[in-house]
Amino acid sequence: MNRALGLKLLSAALVFGAWEIAGRIPVSYGFPTFLESMWALIALMLDGSLFLAYVDTLRPLIIGLIISAFIGIALGLWIGLSSWFDWLVSPIFIVMQAAPLAALIPLLVMVYGIGLTSKVFVVCIMAMPVIVLNTAGAVRNTPTNLKEMGYSFLGSERDIILKVIIPSASPIIFSGLRLGTSAGFIGAILSELKITPTGVGDIITFSRSIADYPSMYAAIFSIILLAVIFLNLLEMIEKTLFEGNVRGYASD
Amino acid sequence: MATHQTESSALADEVPVSAVSARNISKTYGGEVEALRNLSLEFPRGQLTSVLGPSGCGKTTLLKIIAGLLEPTSGEVEVNGKPVTGPGPDRAFVFQDFALLPWANVLRNVSFGLELRGVTKTEREGIAEKYIGNVGLSGFEKSFPHELSGGMRQRVGLARALAVDSQVLLMDEPFSAVDEQTRRKFQEDLLSLVSKENKTFIFVTHSIEEAVYVSDQVAILLPRPSRVHEVLRPKMLRSKGVSDIRRDPEYLDMVDRIWASLRSYVE
Repeated sequence: MNRALGLKLLSAALVFGAWEIAGRIPVSYGFPTFLESMWALIALMLDGSLFLAYVDTLRPLIIGLIISAFIGIALGLWIGLSSWFDWLVSPIFIVMQAAPLAALIPLLVMVYGIGLTSKVFVVCIMAMPVIVLNTAGAVRNTPTNLKEMGYSFLGSERDIILKVIIPSASPIIFSGLRLGTSAGFIGAILSELKITPTGVGDIITFSRSIADYPSMYAAIFSIILLAVIFLNLLEMIEKTLFEGNVRGYASD
Repeated sequence: MATHQTESSALADEVPVSAVSARNISKTYGGEVEALRNLSLEFPRGQLTSVLGPSGCGKTTLLKIIAGLLEPTSGEVEVNGKPVTGPGPDRAFVFQDFALLPWANVLRNVSFGLELRGVTKTEREGIAEKYIGNVGLSGFEKSFPHELSGGMRQRVGLARALAVDSQVLLMDEPFSAVDEQTRRKFQEDLLSLVSKENKTFIFVTHSIEEAVYVSDQVAILLPRPSRVHEVLRPKMLRSKGVSDIRRDPEYLDMVDRIWASLRSYVE
C-alpha cells in the first residue's frame, strides 16, 4: 500500500516537474509554470471567487448527474430486461453518444434558453448514454446460472432483479457511472464555455481574455482535481456496497 | 432422523414409493434440437438415483425440467403426487458451477435460499451456521467465494441446498468441477448424507464409477433423442463400508456392464 502511494506521489511529482520546466523554458507565452498556477489557485481560493464559481458550476453538474444516474440506471435496467424496450430505446442513446454535442448546443439554447435548464441538459446528454448502455449491457449479461439459482430457490421476479441482477451488474454499472461522471464534468464546463460564461467557465474565459494565464490554468487544474476526487468517492461507495465484487469473482 | 438405510437396501428388490416421477417427457429446443423424447423415469423416495449418460444426452435438461426451470414440450413431472409447474419448496438444486453470489460471504450464500423464502435474518443465519458446520466449513462464514477452493465452494452450494430442507435434492454434476481427491471425499460424504437425511437425491453425472459408487439406482440415458436405456439397482453395495465398495465384484461388474452399453455412443 505504501509502495502504491509512493508511486502515485512520484508520478505526480514527475508530471508537475515537467509542467514547471515547460513553463520556465517557456514553451509558449501563454503557458505558466506549475508554481505560478498554484499561487494563482491559492489567490483564487483566498478571495473566495473560486468557491463562488463552484457554486455556479456544480449546480447544473450535480443536478444533471443525479438525473442521469437515476434515470440512466432505471432505463438501462429496463432495456437489459426487455428486448422489446431495448429495440425501442437503445438506438436513441447510441445516437446520443455518437452525436457531437457542441453542434447541438445552439439548438438547446434555442429551445431552453441560456439558463440552468440548458446546462443541465448538456450534462445529461454527456453523462446519460454511457450510464444507460453500460447498465443495459451488464443486466443483459447477468450469468444465467445465478438467475437460475435465484429462481430455483423460489426468488420472485423482484428478488432476482434486486438481489441477483443488480449486484451482479454493479461493477459495470459503477464503471458506467464513473465514465458518466467524467463526461458530465466535460459537459458542465462545455456549457459554461458555450452557453453563458458562469462559474469556473467564467474564470477560464475571463482570465484568458485578460491574459492572466496562471489563473486560467489554476481553474482548469481545480476542475480536474475535483473530478478525480469525485471518481474516487464513487469507487469508495462501490467498495462499501459490494465488497466481494471488488475483490474478485468466484468463477476466476 | 432415519435408520432407514439398511431397510431400504434390504428391500431393494421391492418397488419403492416414488418421490418424483417423470412421465413421457419430451423436450425440443427451438423446434429443432430434440433433447429428450418420451422419457419416463421413477425416483424412489429416500434413495439416490443417478442419471448417467454420455455428454449431450439431455441429463441436465431432464434435471432442469424436474427443477421447474425448464418446461417440457410434452409430458409431466410429479413430485410427491403433485405436478410440477415451476420451482417449488420441495426441491433444491446444487449447481455444477456452484452458482454462488460472488459479492456475498459464505454465511449469506448459504442462507440465500431462506432469505428468498422470507425467513428472518437471525433465524436463517442460525440455520445456515448449522449447515456450514455440517459440510465442514466452520470458521469460513465471513469468507467470500473467491477466497475458497473449488471443493469448498461446492460445499457452500451443498449447504445452501440443505438449508432450505427440501425433500428432493437435485444435483447437476456437482463434483465434476472439483479435483479427484476432493471428489472421492465428496462421494463418501454423499453416501453418509443419503443415509442420514431422509431425502430423495437425483444425481446427474457422466462418471460411471461415480454413479455406481453413490447410487441406489442408476438410470442410463442414451443420446439424441434421449431415452432411458436401462435402470440398474446395485443390490449389496449399500450395506458395504465406503472403502470396500470399489473392491466389490458387484461394483466392478456393474461398471463394466454400463461401459459396454455406453461405449458405442461415445465418439
